[in-house]
Amino acid sequence: MLEKILLLLSLSLSVAEGLCKPGVGEAYKVRFSIKTALGDQAYPWNKNEMFLFRAALAFAMRDFTNGEEFGVSDIHPCNETQRVSFWFVVTRPKTMDLVDKGTVEMAIKKSRNRINGAFLLTDKTLEFDGIYPTLAAPVSPDTPPWLIVFGVVMGAVSVGIIALLVYPLVQRKLKKNMDADDEDSDEETGVKTAENGANDGIYNSTFSDDERFTQM
Amino acid sequence: MRLVLPNPGLDLRIPNYEDLEKMEKEDGDRPKWDNKAQYILTCVGFCVGIGNVWRFPYLCQTHGGGAFLIPYIILLVLEGLPLLLLEFGIGQRLRKGSVGVWRAINPYLTGVGIASMLVSLLIGLYYNTLIAWIMWYLFNSFQGPLPWTQCPLNDNRTGFISECQQSSTVDYYFYRVTLNASASITDSGGLQWPIVICLLAAWTVICICYIRGISTSGKAVYVTALLPYVVLAIFLIRGLTLKGAMNGVKYLFTPDVDELMNPTTWLDAGAQVFYAFSLAWGGLISFSSYNPVHNNCMQDAVILTIITGLTSIYAATVTYTVIGFRATDKYDTCISENIRMLLNGFELPEDSITASNYNAALHHLNSSNPDTVFGLDIKTCDMQKLLSEGVEGTGLAFIVFTEAITKMPGSPAWSVLFFIMLLCLGLSTLFGNIEGVVVPLKDLNLFPKKWPQEALTGVTCLVSFIICLLFAQQSGLYWVTLFDNFAGSIPLLTIGLTEMIAVVYIYGIDRFNEDIKFMIGKKPCIFWQISLRFTSPLILLVILVFYLVTQAQQELTYLVWDPDYDEFPTLASVPYPSWINVVIFVLAGIPSLVVPVYALCRLVFVRCKKKMNYLNTVSASEASCLFHQCTFVMVGIKCNIF
Repeated sequence: MLEKILLLLSLSLSVAEGLCKPGVGEAYKVRFSIKTALGDQAYPWNKNEMFLFRAALAFAMRDFTNGEEFGVSDIHPCNETQRVSFWFVVTRPKTMDLVDKGTVEMAIKKSRNRINGAFLLTDKTLEFDGIYPTLAAPVSPDTPPWLIVFGVVMGAVSVGIIALLVYPLVQRKLKKNMDADDEDSDEETGVKTAENGANDGIYNSTFSDDERFTQM
Repeated sequence: MRLVLPNPGLDLRIPNYEDLEKMEKEDGDRPKWDNKAQYILTCVGFCVGIGNVWRFPYLCQTHGGGAFLIPYIILLVLEGLPLLLLEFGIGQRLRKGSVGVWRAINPYLTGVGIASMLVSLLIGLYYNTLIAWIMWYLFNSFQGPLPWTQCPLNDNRTGFISECQQSSTVDYYFYRVTLNASASITDSGGLQWPIVICLLAAWTVICICYIRGISTSGKAVYVTALLPYVVLAIFLIRGLTLKGAMNGVKYLFTPDVDELMNPTTWLDAGAQVFYAFSLAWGGLISFSSYNPVHNNCMQDAVILTIITGLTSIYAATVTYTVIGFRATDKYDTCISENIRMLLNGFELPEDSITASNYNAALHHLNSSNPDTVFGLDIKTCDMQKLLSEGVEGTGLAFIVFTEAITKMPGSPAWSVLFFIMLLCLGLSTLFGNIEGVVVPLKDLNLFPKKWPQEALTGVTCLVSFIICLLFAQQSGLYWVTLFDNFAGSIPLLTIGLTEMIAVVYIYGIDRFNEDIKFMIGKKPCIFWQISLRFTSPLILLVILVFYLVTQAQQELTYLVWDPDYDEFPTLASVPYPSWINVVIFVLAGIPSLVVPVYALCRLVFVRCKKKMNYLNTVSASEASCLFHQCTFVMVGIKCNIF
């Protein structure tokens, strides 16, 4: 009995290794850039990290297929390099049937954040070749801020223009009222000089300037 | 040299010295500066414009870096300084705006004033469109992250819109979001509403600043002329602390003495000095006519020259610290990208290739596996090329600088500061511009005399806004470039040359010397005599001739933003349509031709008037014949232009 089980296991392992061929069939390539992401706090890549990856991917498959009992043994990596990149295939639980690329892709897309989080990486530093991350939409507020600033500027300028136009009119009106009051008081006292404005002696430039420009 | 053309009646047309003294004592109705500082700041603001930030640094760098300063300073002194003294002196002496001054010197020269007004108007139109774009960017800077850092997503949210992906976020934001540029000048598209309301904002701001003439604009210049210097200082400090800033400054000032042998260097230096001083716009003559009679205009000319020269160098330094930073950042990104591709392609561990051993590693890999390396499509990262990219004109402000700002920490603040600085630089130039339009219109009696200054400013701004809607179309960018190339080049040189000849040979250089002696207390020294009589007119003539020759030889093409172009995002060079020749004639030909055409019309009018006087003594048939000859000048009489 024991020999049968051992034979089956070794057979399955050898078959699995045969299943995972880089670039062919249902295999996906994954690439880790740990040092780029974490700098000094980068952890070394070893068998334990590989185990975590297989567990995370098994979780993604379970989550997507709603309960099919994928296990760590259903994720088969191969061709591991020093770059920290490798290929992997996924097989159905308890059989050696490969799960098609489309399903794997959708499962990874669904749980991308969880997988990233497990490794403290991001979409850019944990890359699945061929699976493009869905990008976050650019931030766009409800009222465009530029309209607000424009409104403020135009409001200030309009108020300024109205103030500058109205102010002299108001001044003139006040002055007229004051003059009317003065005239009333003058009439009451009865003295009114004939030369109201003639003793100021303002230089009348009409005689000197304009006639110099003779009409040729 | 006693060469003066006959000019009868000059003394009757201009106020003599006693009248000037009398006018000085009385409080006339002519506007006055509140103090000397206002006058100097207004002139500095007028001369120091956006061109100092985005034209001079580019010229400096392309024409031999530090060596360019030699022709620039020489021409500043030989060409700019005498012309400044001329405009200041004649304005202060004759106490009139540009049309009034030339009409007083000789009524046949009124065309010079009209040409100045037309040029100021055309330049003002497109200049204010630039202000509108700057305002748009300013309004959009009050948010973080800045809107030009992100590309919009495409439909299935897996990538960005292809136009944005192929070019860059800042390019996309400028050409698509802001301008919505069409692919050619004929394809005008509709009005771009954001630009329309920014134009409205720009013209309203100008209107309020100039609403009472220099009494309001004189107050506004305290901010618009001084704020740019403060902001430049802040940017200088920020710029020098950025990584790679010194690369930019070194690139700018590294002298290449061989460039001095190239005539285009001297030509460009001369043209830059001429345009930088805003000569021949009519604004400087107007501004100095509000001065007290005994103001020292010679000193003012020297001060203004020194300030403009130093500001150009200062602004160039600041600009190139930021350009150096951006180029270094792009270079580092390029190298990192190449390293990443090499690591991925050869499956090497992450730290094996760094920026320091990149070249050695690339060489090693190329020699061992050249095919793989070729297949990876490694781009060469060239620092010199990055430093020389798109660093002139609108490309500098709206593409290179905005990109550099996004990489600085606290980018919204820097963006706001930068665009406020550009706004102030532009506004202070526009004050001089609008002065050069409104005052001649007043002198030509095209407005009813009863209208107050507020109405004049308002009407001018309103009409200009309506004409500016041309630039708010989708092809607006190409129209602005057209105006920039043609409205502001040949006519200004022609007018400047005519001004010099008019003052030196028609008004009389001796009379001008006497005027300076009356106003300041001493005659101009031998330097001024020689430069006003010979060197400056000669330099202007040479520049004008060279300009005409190069323009005539050039094919009329322009650059368009065309996403369907093969080499997109490079701008495609497309020939102008044939009707553009009419537009170019209107822009460049009409202002230049106004001077001789006006003189000719006036000649005919004078002869007609003499004949009209003679009409009283001749037979009816002769009279009707002569009358028909003169009908076309009746319009001139009605408008009181003649």
